[in-house]
Amino acid sequence: MVTDVNSASLCFAVQRAVAQIVGSGICPLKSILPQGAQLQQPFNTSEEKPQFPGASAEFVDQLEFIQPNVISGIPVYRVMSRQGQIINPSEDPQLSKETVLNFYQKMTLLNTMDRILYESQRQGRISFYMTNYGEEGTHIGSAAALDSNDLVFGQYREAGVLMYRGFPLDLFMAQCYANADDLGKGRQMPVHYGSKDLNFVTISSPLATQIPQAAGAAYAVKRENSNRAVICYFGEGAASEGDAHAGFNFSATLECPLIFFCRNNGYAISTPTNEQYRGDGIAARGPGYGMLSIRVDGNDVFAVYNATKEARRRAVAENQPFLIEAMTYRIGHHSTSDDSSAYRSVDEVNYWDKQDHPISRLRHYMTARGWWDEDEERTWRKQSRKLVMEAFEKAERRLKPRPDLLFTDVYNEITPTLTKQRDSMWRHLQQYKEHYPLDLYDK
Amino acid sequence: FAMAAAAARFLLGSVHSRAAATAVALGTHGGPGGALLKGAAARRSGRAAQRRYAAHFTFQPDPVPTKYGPTQKMNLFQSVTSALDNTLASDPTAVIFGEDVAFGGVFRCTVGLRDKYGKDRVFNTPLCEQGIVGFGIGVAVAGATAIAEIQFADYIYPAFDQIVNEAAKYRYRSGNLFDCGNLTIRAPWGCVGHGSLYHSQSPEAFFAHCPGLKIVIPRSPVQAKGLLLSCIADKNPCIFFEPKILYRAAVEQVPTEPFHIPLSQAEVVLEGSDVTLVAWGTQVHVMREVATMAQEKLGVSCELIDLQTILPWDTDTVCKSVVKTGRLLISHEAPVTGGFAAEISARVQEECFLNLEAPIARVCGYDTPFPHIFEPFYIPDKWKCFDAVKRMINY
Repeated sequence: MVTDVNSASLCFAVQRAVAQIVGSGICPLKSILPQGAQLQQPFNTSEEKPQFPGASAEFVDQLEFIQPNVISGIPVYRVMSRQGQIINPSEDPQLSKETVLNFYQKMTLLNTMDRILYESQRQGRISFYMTNYGEEGTHIGSAAALDSNDLVFGQYREAGVLMYRGFPLDLFMAQCYANADDLGKGRQMPVHYGSKDLNFVTISSPLATQIPQAAGAAYAVKRENSNRAVICYFGEGAASEGDAHAGFNFSATLECPLIFFCRNNGYAISTPTNEQYRGDGIAARGPGYGMLSIRVDGNDVFAVYNATKEARRRAVAENQPFLIEAMTYRIGHHSTSDDSSAYRSVDEVNYWDKQDHPISRLRHYMTARGWWDEDEERTWRKQSRKLVMEAFEKAERRLKPRPDLLFTDVYNEITPTLTKQRDSMWRHLQQYKEHYPLDLYDK
Repeated sequence: FAMAAAAARFLLGSVHSRAAATAVALGTHGGPGGALLKGAAARRSGRAAQRRYAAHFTFQPDPVPTKYGPTQKMNLFQSVTSALDNTLASDPTAVIFGEDVAFGGVFRCTVGLRDKYGKDRVFNTPLCEQGIVGFGIGVAVAGATAIAEIQFADYIYPAFDQIVNEAAKYRYRSGNLFDCGNLTIRAPWGCVGHGSLYHSQSPEAFFAHCPGLKIVIPRSPVQAKGLLLSCIADKNPCIFFEPKILYRAAVEQVPTEPFHIPLSQAEVVLEGSDVTLVAWGTQVHVMREVATMAQEKLGVSCELIDLQTILPWDTDTVCKSVVKTGRLLISHEAPVTGGFAAEISARVQEECFLNLEAPIARVCGYDTPFPHIFEPFYIPDKWKCFDAVKRMINY
């Protein structure tokens, strides 16, 4: 079937005539189509080659199924060994001491914030939390490789990207406490961060919905000609959703400047990867969509940095999507509602925590260069803890947003029906106020 | 494309003469098959006619609008093209996408636009409704105007999560940091004579339950253009359902320049005093005939309201009318249980209980999937509506 022919230039009778001639195989299509018609491939009956519009390949006369290669799959790109030593010096991004220290401090600050907020949920101070333990390298390495104007679509375990870009501790806390300082006006569960200024689209709970959205945003950004890229984060579990397939296919066919960044951390809540997919992870799916793909060691912040930097450069220069699968390990539980000892061994978790952790790997790199030592580690730990605790205490004292904000932003302007409902709520609260925690809320 | 265009004409065939439909079915294939069919048709017309059922309504054009500038004769799909043309001309960020929109669309709504505005602005997407809407949300979030086409409203459900969980909630959940107000989704809607389960649906009720969306359904070409332009301009995600049976059947003088018909303002199409009739889309024309029949046969004066915007709906106009008449009949093709008439009925009885002279009547599709051969029995036609008016008057 011919595609992409502009029917506006043909009347129905001509279209039917064309269909009849093509159907009867009398003459090559090229000679009778009008100017400007585009075909998927040149049509030439003189060669012994498949003419199918759907695929361009050779004929083969041996029956053989293609074997999916999962034993020795796509290799894992890394720059540092697990002890933080550069393996191939030509791959060392040779970042400045200042930059590397910033990487380290952002990763550890995130780690400290995670510990404190996880505890605060356990103590009933906030309702819910998700930690990022073990995946800090994927956040900081990729965030550092982007421009600050690049648009980020995340899933829920990318707080380090936001932290790297400068989202203040106060606002992380405000969102988790859903207090009156929350940019999101207290509407979502903790860790559903967003920041217009930092180009980080607000997180939503449904998984993988951001993937086709990122493709659309990248398309719009391409048309702006503003040298911006879009990055889209998701886990290996979310990659099973239909929306992931949709997003990959759309970004490739519509030529979008987009980086797909998959955090393959081994688990989707309790579901291990061998129950999530049978192929060679997520990277192996990229070629199926016509997408350039790579697998990297997600615990190697330089590997993540290098891959993201190059993917971003080419995505914008060539208007095509890139797929990066960052292999890592989810050291923490899925969330405060999960106890992962129910489905994995403590030994397994300890291995990753002790032997293959992005933070310690980078620390080895730094100490080997004399950029960091035990004293600085102790000082920084104390300082970062103090920063987090100050923000924490401030957030805890702050009132919740005023209840009117329950009704705004459903539409750009409040509707008459919602106004009536809001007024009805206030009348009810007037009469039954002792049953409602109004004192906790702003006026 | 020849197949798609032929399919479109075939689907709309029942609105025109039977001969036209038969010609399309025979025309593309010459040879022995055609001859057999021709023979069969000749034999059939000799017997008591097994003719395909004629349309259940007559389209009633509105008076030519005078306040929007020069007009041109257009059918409904052409009025949609006109709205899209105006939009692409005035808004450089606007893009139109979906299945088969590049060649002009299966209902010809986007004919000529790709040539005129370029392939980066009017383009096909892969066959994936969740992708179309998800992509559209992303375009809108990035600040560009996104006009997404779903080929039939019957196929909108794969996009349900993106529409309900994402588009509708984008602004609210982000505290107004982000929104996809620049998104408009268009889809052909409603019965077409032989569309059956999957080419006839009216899914407005599924989405009416979702705060954050706007849902709009026009009854005519002028309404379609004005309301579509309002949806595109509106800073909230809108779903615009286009009655496919009206694409060719509805012809009016339509302003060529852009104009806007306000959303959430129901229109009193006919003034009356005894019964309020509420409908939208194609059904407005059915109700016009019902109003005429009620006047002629029962001496009953009906006030007909075209709701136009299903969500947020204009409760004031409907309630004001029911306060006046005391009787309400709501009619839609979608199944009666949980259909949008139920919402209107619940709200009106809350607001106007003491004004009601009779129970609110709903004349809707039965609680079945939309049938093929049984369509004439399924649809809420003028006789069913007339009978309901009669019963209400005699209550």
